[in-house]
Amino acid sequence: MPKQGWYGLAAFALVAVLLPVLHLCTPANSPLHVSDYIITLGGKIMCYAIVAVAMDLIWGYGGILSLGHGLFFALGGYAFGMYLMRAIGHDGVYQSDLPDFMVFLDWKKLPWYWEGTDHIVWSMILIVAVPALLAFVFGFFAFRSRIKGVYFSIITQAMTFACMLLFFRNETGFGGNNGFTDFKRILGYGITTPGMRVTLFILTAVVLMKTLILGRYLVTSKFGRVLAAVRDAESRVMFIGYNPLWYKLFIWVVSAVLCAIAGALYVPQVGIINPSEMSPANSIEIAIWVAVGGRATLIGPVIGAFIVNLAKSWFTVAFPEYWLFFLGLLFILVTLWLPDGVVGLWMKLRARSAARASDKLSAKENTEAKA
Amino acid sequence: MTLFRLLILICLAIAAPAWADGLDPAVVKQLADDDNDVKIDAIHKLSSDATPQTLHVLKALGNDALYTTGEDKTLRVFYMDKDKAIDAASGEEITPAPDSTDSITINNRIRSELDSALAGLRLFDADDKVRLAAVKALEDDPGEELAPLIKKALAAEQNLHIQKLLILIDAQLNLKSTDTTVRLNAVEALADSSSPNVRNLLAAMTDQTNEPDAKVRLAAFDSMRSVEKRIAWGDATARIFSGISLGSILLLAALGLAITYGVMGVINMAHGELLMVGAYATYFVQGIFRKYFPGAVDFYVIAAIPVAFFAAALVGVILERTVIRFLYGRPLETLLATWGISLMLIQAARVIFGAQNVEVSNPNWMSGGVELMNNIILPWNRIFIIGFSMFVLMLVWVLMKKTRLGMFVRAVTQNRPMAGCVGVPTARIDTLAFALGAGIAGLGGVALSQIANVGPDMGQGYIVDSFMVVVLGGVGQLAGAVCAALGLGIFTKLLEGWLGAVIAKILVLVFIIVFIQKRPQGLFALKGRFVDH
Repeated sequence: MPKQGWYGLAAFALVAVLLPVLHLCTPANSPLHVSDYIITLGGKIMCYAIVAVAMDLIWGYGGILSLGHGLFFALGGYAFGMYLMRAIGHDGVYQSDLPDFMVFLDWKKLPWYWEGTDHIVWSMILIVAVPALLAFVFGFFAFRSRIKGVYFSIITQAMTFACMLLFFRNETGFGGNNGFTDFKRILGYGITTPGMRVTLFILTAVVLMKTLILGRYLVTSKFGRVLAAVRDAESRVMFIGYNPLWYKLFIWVVSAVLCAIAGALYVPQVGIINPSEMSPANSIEIAIWVAVGGRATLIGPVIGAFIVNLAKSWFTVAFPEYWLFFLGLLFILVTLWLPDGVVGLWMKLRARSAARASDKLSAKENTEAKA
Repeated sequence: MTLFRLLILICLAIAAPAWADGLDPAVVKQLADDDNDVKIDAIHKLSSDATPQTLHVLKALGNDALYTTGEDKTLRVFYMDKDKAIDAASGEEITPAPDSTDSITINNRIRSELDSALAGLRLFDADDKVRLAAVKALEDDPGEELAPLIKKALAAEQNLHIQKLLILIDAQLNLKSTDTTVRLNAVEALADSSSPNVRNLLAAMTDQTNEPDAKVRLAAFDSMRSVEKRIAWGDATARIFSGISLGSILLLAALGLAITYGVMGVINMAHGELLMVGAYATYFVQGIFRKYFPGAVDFYVIAAIPVAFFAAALVGVILERTVIRFLYGRPLETLLATWGISLMLIQAARVIFGAQNVEVSNPNWMSGGVELMNNIILPWNRIFIIGFSMFVLMLVWVLMKKTRLGMFVRAVTQNRPMAGCVGVPTARIDTLAFALGAGIAGLGGVALSQIANVGPDMGQGYIVDSFMVVVLGGVGQLAGAVCAALGLGIFTKLLEGWLGAVIAKILVLVFIIVFIQKRPQGLFALKGRFVDH
C-alpha cells in the first residue's frame, strides 16, 4: 500500500472517530452536533461502499460484471435479520416466542432453518456461510462452462430475480413482502440507542478499512496479477497453463462474502430488510457506483458510492421526480465520457499537469542550454 | 313444502282453463304482498305457466316497473306500456290512468328467484339465441321448481344443441327422483356433461349414504370418471392455449432483442421500454380515435400498428445514434448505459402520462371468446395476438431472407469485419437493424396493450423473459427465437398449472441456467468460427 494510501486511511479513521464523538458528546443545539440521521446515513453509505469495493474486485480486477450482487447483500442482511427477529423475544406485537409474521401466518413452530438463530455466533456463521455456498455453487457451474460477458450478467440478473420472487412468498418463511422489521435489541443492548448506533457506525468503518486493506493485498499479490491477466486475455492465460476457473471462483466468493457482511451491518442500521433489496435494479445500481468512482482503483468505488448515494438522498428530498432522470443520465454520461470514473479523471488531470510541468522544465533547460 | 307446491300446481292445472287468456288475479295480487315469501310463491306459480303475459309481468317486476293502486279489495296491479297502464292480470288497459301509485319493491333474494323464473320462461322464446342464453343461465344450479318447465321445453325444443343441454339439466333434476330407473337414466345421461358441478353431484351419488341402489352407484362412478376426463381435457387445452399465447407475446418481445444482439452484440436493457413506447402509442391512437373519429373507434388497433412501429423505431434510432454507437465493442458498458436510458424512459412516461396505469380497451371484435366447454373460454384477443405474432414473424422472415437489407443484416451478424471489407455499410446497417428491432418491440407493445395493463414500468416484467428467450434460442437465426419463445411459454404455463406461478418462474430460470451450462451458444447457433475480441 503506497504512502498516500496509509495517509488516506488514517484520515478516514480520524473522521470515523470524530463524527460519533461529536454525536455523543455535544449538546443537541450546538452547531457542531452531528445528528443521528447523519450517523445512520454515514453507516448506510459505508455499507454500500463495502459492496462497491467488493464489486470492484470482481469487475474492475476480474472482468466479471455481476448484475445480481444485491442478492448476497440481502442474504447477509436476512441472516442477521433472523437473529434480530429472535432477539425481539416476547416484545413483539403478538407477545410470543415466534416472530410476529409467523404468528400472523398461523405457524405453530419455527421452521428448521431458523433453529439456532437466537445465538449470535451461529447467526454470524450463517452470514458468511450461506452466501459463500450459493456463490460457490453458482460460480462453479457458470465459470466451468466459460460463461462470460453479457450472458453471465444476464444470468446473475435472472438469479437475483428468481430469489426475489422466492422471498416474496410468505411460505418461504422470511416475512414475505414485508420482510423483517421492528427490531429491538442486539445482545441485550437496545438497537436505537445512540451507543448502539455509534458502535455500528464504527464497526462499519473498521470493516470498510479492512476491506480496502484486504483488497489491496489481493490485487498486488501474485493472485491479483493472474486475475488481471484473466480479465484482459483469458484465452492466453489458459494457453499458458493456468485454470482461470479457480481464480475467478475465489474472487467471486470473497466478493460475495464481503457483500454479505456489509448487508449484515446494514440491516440493524436501517432497521428493515425486505425482498426488494434483491431487485435487479438495486444490483445494477452497485455497478454504477463503481463506474462513477473508477474501476480497478480500490478507492474509486468508495468515492463513487458516496457521491451517488449522497446525491440520491438529496434528490429524493428536493426533486423527487427528477432523481431517476439524474440517475439514468449518470449511467449514460459515465459510460460514454468517464470510462475511468472520477478517480481516473483525477489521475489523468494530474498526469497532464505533471507532463506540463516537465515540459516547462525541459523547455527551460533547452533555453538554458542554448544560452 | 314440495307437497304444498305440488298441490298448488295441481289446483292451477285444474283451474287453468278459467284464465286461458290472462293470469289469476289472486296470484297477481300476491305479488303486492308485504311478505317476501308470498311474493316468491307468486313468482313460482306464475312461472309454471308460460304465457307472454307472464313474461311481461315478471320482467316489469324485475325492472321495478310493477305498480299497485288502491287498497285491499280495490287493489290492482299494473305496469306501463309506453304511456298506457296495463292491468297485470287481464292484460287490458286501465282507463283512466291511475294517479296514486306505489311501486312493488323486491330484494336480492326475490331477484335471484325472479332471474331463475325468467330464465325458465325464456326457454320458450322464439329466438334461438335467447333460448340458448336461458339454458346456459340454468345449467349450473337448476332449481327443482323448474322441473316441469324443463320437461315442457324439452318436448317442444327443435334445436339439437339446446336439446342436448336441456337433457343434461333434466337429468340433473331427475337425480333426486324416487324412481330407480329414472335415476339410472339420469346418471347415464350425465356422462356427457363437462361441468365440475355435475361431477360433484355424481361424486355424491357414489356414496352409499346418498344412493341406496348399487347399480346406480356404479353408473354414477362411470359417469363421474367420464366427466372428469372431459374436464381434464378442457383444462389441458386451455393451458396449452395460454402457453402458446404467452409464447407469442414473448416472441414479439424477444425477436427485436435477438436481432439487435445478433447484429451488434449489445444487450439493450431499455428493450422493455420500447415495448412500453409501443403500448403508449396505442393508447395515444385510441385517444385520437375517440376524440376525432368516434364512429371508427373499433379500428384504432389497425391504425395503431404502424404508429407504434414507427414510434418505437424512432426511439431506437435516437438511442443508437446518440449512445449505443459510441459504445461499440464494449458490451458491458452498453448494458449499463441502456439501463440508464431505461430509467429515463420510465420516468419520462411517468411524467407525461402519469404514474398510474392507463386504460386501453379491446375493440368490439376482439372482446369475448370462443367457448370450449364449461367455464373454459379462449379469448378472442389472445387468438388475434397469436395470429398477429405469426404475421409479424412471417414479415421479418421475408425481410431477412428476401431483401437486400436482410442480407446485409445477416452478413454483419455472421462476420462483421468481412462484411465491412466486402462493402456492406456496417454503421448504417447497425442503425437500421436497431430500428427494426425496436419497431418489432413496438408491435409487441401493441399486442401487450390489448391483454395487459399499460403503465410506466410494464416493460420491466418482460426484460428478464426476453433475455431468457435470446439466451436460450441462440443468436443469428429466427428459428431459435421462435422455438425458445414458444417452448418457454408452454413450459411455463404447464408448470404453473401444477406448481403455481412463482415456483414455475423460478424453475424455468433455473432450467435456463442449467441449459446454458450444457449449450452456451443456445438452441440454434450460427456455425462457424468466432474469435472473441
